[in-house]
Amino acid sequence: MTNPARAIDISVGLFILLGLGSVIFLVTQTLGSAGISASESYTVHARFNQIGDLKNRAPVALAGVTIGRVSKITLDPIAYTAVIELRIDSKFNQLPTDTDAAIATSGILGGKYIELSPGGDETVLQDQDEIEFTQSAILLENLIGKYMLNRKPESDE
Amino acid sequence: MITALRDCWFSFSQFAATFGGFQMFSFRLLPYLPRAVLRPRLITEQIYSVGALSLVLIMFGGLFVGMVLALQSYNTLVEFGQTDSLGAFASEALVRELGPVVATLLFAGRAGSAVASEVGLMRATDQIAAMELMAVDPIQRVVVPRFIAGVISVPLLAAIFSTMGVLGAYLVGVHLLGVDAGAFWSQIQDRVDVYEDIGSGIFKSFVFGVSASLMGVFEGYYAPPTAAGVSRAATRTVVITSVWILLLDFVLTSFTLPGT
Repeated sequence: MTNPARAIDISVGLFILLGLGSVIFLVTQTLGSAGISASESYTVHARFNQIGDLKNRAPVALAGVTIGRVSKITLDPIAYTAVIELRIDSKFNQLPTDTDAAIATSGILGGKYIELSPGGDETVLQDQDEIEFTQSAILLENLIGKYMLNRKPESDE
Repeated sequence: MITALRDCWFSFSQFAATFGGFQMFSFRLLPYLPRAVLRPRLITEQIYSVGALSLVLIMFGGLFVGMVLALQSYNTLVEFGQTDSLGAFASEALVRELGPVVATLLFAGRAGSAVASEVGLMRATDQIAAMELMAVDPIQRVVVPRFIAGVISVPLLAAIFSTMGVLGAYLVGVHLLGVDAGAFWSQIQDRVDVYEDIGSGIFKSFVFGVSASLMGVFEGYYAPPTAAGVSRAATRTVVITSVWILLLDFVLTSFTLPGT
């Protein structure tokens, strides 16, 4: 420390380390459980008629606990259905094959996520399997529209 | 009032008059940049005086901006029962906007003015002329290391500012106002995107760093070689950098914000 040039070097090094450290802090805080994709995971597919505003990296939850993420959203051009790829943590590889996948909304206006409800089958879902039972997203505006249309004839009577 | 208007007009007309010279100066710097790597010691010294010494100011500023942000937004969010998203709100604002902008403004006040007056004083005391006589290129020896040090320092300072801000918001939000700690962090994970938010924050702070440090060395290098000229160079560095950063921030935000 007697050498002033050395003291400068040390403080510059500490400064740069601190700066890079805060970048890493911010990145890890925001990535969070996206680390699931880095750890052991397996993928299953599910088809939906309507996915609403489901986004990539939306959580996949079972009984409210996040066990995976939506990793890919594509459209089947022949069947006109949305094909969702779910990446699920390998810790939860005991899902029965008749597991039901539904697109749910967190809160009234919150984001969409996929809620799984396990069935009673003895065989379990493997990597690249497809979930057969799905429930499409319920669009609030469609419900309101239907409600209003259905009321029309009643009020005429 | 009239003097304020006159000051505004003065800085504006000065800005317009020197804008062309500023462009020429930045182009003149370009060929020097690769060669500056040969003298890393010069750059380290400048990073020390420009970056490492600004650290206390930046950390303090970040911490308190984050704390105030949490207090302020809590008052609004509590009306909607959305206090859980306090963390996401504060960190998004910090990472995208406040971090780069406020850190650069503080940097301009702390380091930009110092660079301008230092280089200006070198000119005033004929040190730059002496270098030219000894066949030492003053741009290579004096200007470029300060410029590169600023470009390296500002993004780091902005990141430190944002981090301290998030920690400050955490302190106030969780320990003072009773927001749930888990909700605080998980909302940050949900809402803040690595590429869109942090990436654009880093990109912004890099652009701000280039312009802020260019401004400092330019004003200093072309300062009138008098005591008044040097002090005016320092003042103008702060004023012009602040105005320019705020303008640039609007332009960059409208480009990087999704959905616009």
